[in-house]
Amino acid sequence: MSKTHYEFKPFNLGRTVIWSLFAIVLLVMPLIFTGGLAQTMLSQMGIAIIVCLSYNILLGQGGMLSFGHAVYSGLGSFLAIHTLNMVSKGNLPIPVSLIPIVGGFSAVLVAVALGWVTTKKSGTPFAMITLGIGELVWAMSLMFPGFFGGEGGVSGNRVAGAKTLGITFGPQIQLYYLIAIYTFVCTALMFAFTRTPLGRMLNAVRDNPERVEFVGYDTQKVRYFAFIVAAFFAGISGGLAALNFEIVTSEVVSGYRSGAYLLFTFLGGATFFFGPIIGAVLMVLAFVLLSEFTKAWLLYLGLVFTIMVAFAPGGVASLIMMNLRVASFGYLRKLWVSYLALAITGLVALLGASVMIEMVYHLQLNVALGSEMKFLGMTLDSKGVNSWFGALFVMLTGLGLFEVCRRQFVIEWGNIQIDIEREIKRRETL
Amino acid sequence: MEFFIISLLNGLSYGLLLFMLSSGLTLIFSMMGVLNFAHASFYMLGAYFAFAITEVVGFWPALFVAPIIVGLLGAAFEKYGLRRVHKFGHVPELLITFGLSFIILELVQLVWGTSSVDYRVPAALDGPLFTLFGTQFPMYRGFMMLVALVMLLAIWLLLTRTRIGLVIQAALTHPATVEALGHNVPRVFMLVFGGGCALAGLAGVIGGNAFVTEPGMAGTVGSIIFVVVVVGGMGSLSGAFLASVLIGVIQTFAVGVDASILGGARMLGLQITPQTFGYALWSLKVSQVAPILPYLFLVLILIFRPKGLLGAREG
Repeated sequence: MSKTHYEFKPFNLGRTVIWSLFAIVLLVMPLIFTGGLAQTMLSQMGIAIIVCLSYNILLGQGGMLSFGHAVYSGLGSFLAIHTLNMVSKGNLPIPVSLIPIVGGFSAVLVAVALGWVTTKKSGTPFAMITLGIGELVWAMSLMFPGFFGGEGGVSGNRVAGAKTLGITFGPQIQLYYLIAIYTFVCTALMFAFTRTPLGRMLNAVRDNPERVEFVGYDTQKVRYFAFIVAAFFAGISGGLAALNFEIVTSEVVSGYRSGAYLLFTFLGGATFFFGPIIGAVLMVLAFVLLSEFTKAWLLYLGLVFTIMVAFAPGGVASLIMMNLRVASFGYLRKLWVSYLALAITGLVALLGASVMIEMVYHLQLNVALGSEMKFLGMTLDSKGVNSWFGALFVMLTGLGLFEVCRRQFVIEWGNIQIDIEREIKRRETL
Repeated sequence: MEFFIISLLNGLSYGLLLFMLSSGLTLIFSMMGVLNFAHASFYMLGAYFAFAITEVVGFWPALFVAPIIVGLLGAAFEKYGLRRVHKFGHVPELLITFGLSFIILELVQLVWGTSSVDYRVPAALDGPLFTLFGTQFPMYRGFMMLVALVMLLAIWLLLTRTRIGLVIQAALTHPATVEALGHNVPRVFMLVFGGGCALAGLAGVIGGNAFVTEPGMAGTVGSIIFVVVVVGGMGSLSGAFLASVLIGVIQTFAVGVDASILGGARMLGLQITPQTFGYALWSLKVSQVAPILPYLFLVLILIFRPKGLLGAREG
């Protein structure tokens, strides 16, 4: 029997292995990282994975660049926290573990209402409409303090309702496992969605809408249904976030939140299904750890994002897959010296640049504490010529050597790609 | 009457400022198909550069120098950033300008701090232009309108009466033919992008001291000018003009009106009490709704006239 569609080989072979590994990772992570910070971060990662994957239904699979995805995750959060408060008062006999699904369905309702207008167009007009609707909802969240809680937000208590099997969701670890189950199920469902006829048509609408119309499909309907599906999963993640933080402020529907989803989904890689998972992990790491480590983290984030757009528009996932391809033909051994050289020179350049950025931030923000500052164990004088000259020298040396290594690497990489093409041709003739 | 005329003048001056921003945005969009997400960031840069230059040499040199610097930065970004991702398609082009808006915001906060800077109206323009029904109309508002109108005239003359304008117009619709005739179309793109950014910078110079010069200024005006471009019709300059003035006037009027549906219902003899369903909605004042009016307008336009007020094509 011939295959009806192309399938990527390693995935087909090891699909069971990969999904079991994913489940095991979700199960085992809190046993390895047992600290309180680690547990909250893992919970946030699970939530972020669902929302980034749901965003990628729009961006990666549908080619729809949305600037208002936080509307759906955020309104899901609000409806979920109000439901939770009703459960706490004893007005609703819903178990707490099902509240994220309430969030999901409320996001679906919002998407059914707003999605028809939104998905009328694709491309740039779509992006602007989502931006406009995002701003609309964000402005409204400040106009209706009764529902959105005004500046202080709406808070709740997740220890409520019936306690099945003695699970109260009071301790973070119990909630983590709830989030882990949701993450696994939602990821599986979203992967299954890419294999449904609707998911396939969505790819077709992304690639060639004109032809899809000739075949007899309504492109707007395909986009509309996909939009609703994406909103459902975004709402689930919003509901989980409401349970996790036990407070929902109007910040969750803001443009910043939508921008963050876009940024990290793209960084992770929108062209592969698993890309947004990487992006989600990076998002939590950046928001929690990087923002602790340096005040300039938004600047670094913007720079990394711009560089990725310019040089690797497929994100981290595409870099991984490119190297997997090289490795599967056994050429990775030839490259590791170049990688090492690139990494070392890149780090040197980064060190110089970051020392300078940190010194500027120090001058701007903490100058009252004196001009001396500590960075990575070094003591720097942000007003001294030595520190500035040293940092500049380190950065320029790093940049120069990096450029030399990069040129060498580009040549090597090109040769290897030619070899691989040849190898593929040779195997075809066998 | 007093409220009406003063609001109309204020609305007009705000609308003209919006047009200075949206004209560049819509020119860039119709030519390159790129929605410049960082356009409002260039507006902010204009205001901050003007502030810095004013401190050294005064306002009048800043009025000319700051837009030129912003324009050069814009042209450089087009050449080294945007042109590189052009081959990947429109989404990466939009994303790189999105990334740029992040970087500019952070850099501005880095150099000038997170609070507002003291960028003031020059002494020569500080004072009332005329007094109407006992209310003074500030001279600086008049100056803003004058600059915007002069710029509007200059753009119109440039696009219709000069050789470079003809090339730009031709490159809008038939870039391949223009290239075949021996014109350097990428350079025209760079010029248009730089010019659009310079216009945004100019708007920043005259808008920064009329309003507040702070890191949030790009965000507040940024989404409004996108609304203007969509409402006016993607890529239509005259549509952008109409939409800017319309939105400027509507928003200015709405801020000043203190009525609500509740009040209207009372006049008709209907009683709406806090127990009535949807009380929060009925009791909203028009002035409270003012911030969302442009977006509401956007959604309505998209439903009833998807190509915009004066647009020729659909998206």
